[in-house]
Amino acid sequence: MTLLDVRTPVARPTTGPLVNQFEFGLDAPICLTWELTYACNLACAHCLSSSGKRDPRELTTEQCEAVIDELQRMQVFYVNIGGGEPTIRPDFWHLLQYAVDHNVGVKFSTNGVRLNPERAAFLASTDYVDVQISLDGATAEVNDYVRGPGSYDTAITALQNLQDAGFKDAKISVVVTRQNVTQLDEFKALADQYGATLRLTRLRPSGRGADVWDELHPLPEQQRVLYDWLMANGDNVLTGDSFFHLAAFGESLPGLNLCGAGRVVCLIDPIGDVYACPFAIHDNFLAGNLLADGGFKQVWQTSELFQELRSPQTSGACTSCEFFDSCRGGCMAAKFFTGLPLDGPDPECVQGYGESALAGERTIPAASQDHSRTTPGRNQPVMLTLTRREDLEAPPVSACAENPLAGFRL
Amino acid sequence: MTTLMADPMLAEAWTLSGSVALRPEPFGALAYHFGNRKLTFLKKQQLVDAVNALGDSKTVADALTRAGIPEAQWPAYVKALRGLATSDMILERKPS
Ligand code: SF4
Ligand code: SF4
Repeated sequence: MTLLDVRTPVARPTTGPLVNQFEFGLDAPICLTWELTYACNLACAHCLSSSGKRDPRELTTEQCEAVIDELQRMQVFYVNIGGGEPTIRPDFWHLLQYAVDHNVGVKFSTNGVRLNPERAAFLASTDYVDVQISLDGATAEVNDYVRGPGSYDTAITALQNLQDAGFKDAKISVVVTRQNVTQLDEFKALADQYGATLRLTRLRPSGRGADVWDELHPLPEQQRVLYDWLMANGDNVLTGDSFFHLAAFGESLPGLNLCGAGRVVCLIDPIGDVYACPFAIHDNFLAGNLLADGGFKQVWQTSELFQELRSPQTSGACTSCEFFDSCRGGCMAAKFFTGLPLDGPDPECVQGYGESALAGERTIPAASQDHSRTTPGRNQPVMLTLTRREDLEAPPVSACAENPLAGFRL
Repeated sequence: MTTLMADPMLAEAWTLSGSVALRPEPFGALAYHFGNRKLTFLKKQQLVDAVNALGDSKTVADALTRAGIPEAQWPAYVKALRGLATSDMILERKPS
């Protein structure tokens, strides 16, 4: 706390835009992600949490219920549940019901593996539950390349089951990549077909995503395409406010244009560790553990890391940028995991400062944890094997490749 | 002058929706509607006080008075209340 007093000569403003309030943090998070397990039936190449194997220290059912009780007391009105694949926890459906019964709404992300007609019917009968099906290609070819063989069919079957059961407004959650950025209209059509809403989010170099980010993150000209598409279709598409770095193309996108890490955003991991953001699972962004440090509220309100994130930050090389007000230097996690200074431009800075920063000297931080399975399962995406071949610099070109730059070498 | 331009809402009876929870925040409160899942921010403590007073005040004007808001500022507060009404955070009720 004394440290904080030194660092925050600026007090919380009493007027002005909300974003200034958010900068100083809230009494409870608005966007809380809770990863229930690191276990997963898939092994997506870009998994933000390097999931695969269950952590034996995973919170028990009783401990999870206690977390929900605390969230209710803190008035955290909803929680985004993810993993790993949360539905493979045997107590998943119980915890879902428990949360809803305690006024904590649930939005959960799944690859669809457990969404059979019975589960879909159960979900259709609940209130306060949102379902988000992950899909990273509008075709099996593009999707399965990163998410693994069969994963497209699993997701589509789940969407079909939800629709048949009368579940309203499921979300199709897409991580925008170099390969699928050309499929935005098809994703939208797919969402319409299943009575779902499309949700697009940004690929960050977190977890296993760090290994494939160079190949998968949208190229500069594709970022422009994405921005234009969002400007034209943004009203009917969710983004989790994840593309605010694109605001530097001109007009701001709707939503919160600020890195919310530790201010309004945070992550509870399967063993109760609390991180500043789901995309920042690294010791540097670990605020504490809710079992060891007196509960979630205690960690959220008093951890030194969060106090620091809520104090005014310097903007480094971004200071002179005319778009700083809307972009604010972009995503902290993206900078950290690409080895860039946290107070400088985003690696995907649309003003081009990211590329020069990436070309300079930098050290990519070592991962602090990895839950990937050591022996590849049958669902492993092929991509990883292919990219180990040194003679291959670009993703393989398939018959249906739509990316005009697929196979193109400089 | 003020009475001539007074918003009709001032004379109406309103209440906070039963589906809404208010979470205190340093700047005021965060309002969450469990039905339509909308999240709204009440950016001033006086607005929170006024919203809380709505239910057992005869009129909106009474609630604003009880929240200690000077009459000169009422138009701004009525505007904020109308905003809350469009997302069903507050509801009109029968006059008591
Ligand atoms: S670190 Fe990145 S993903 Fe996390 S809150 Fe900040 S901008 Fe969002
Ligand atoms: S220089 Fe910084 S603030 Fe400007 S566009 Fe790039 S990342 Fe954003």
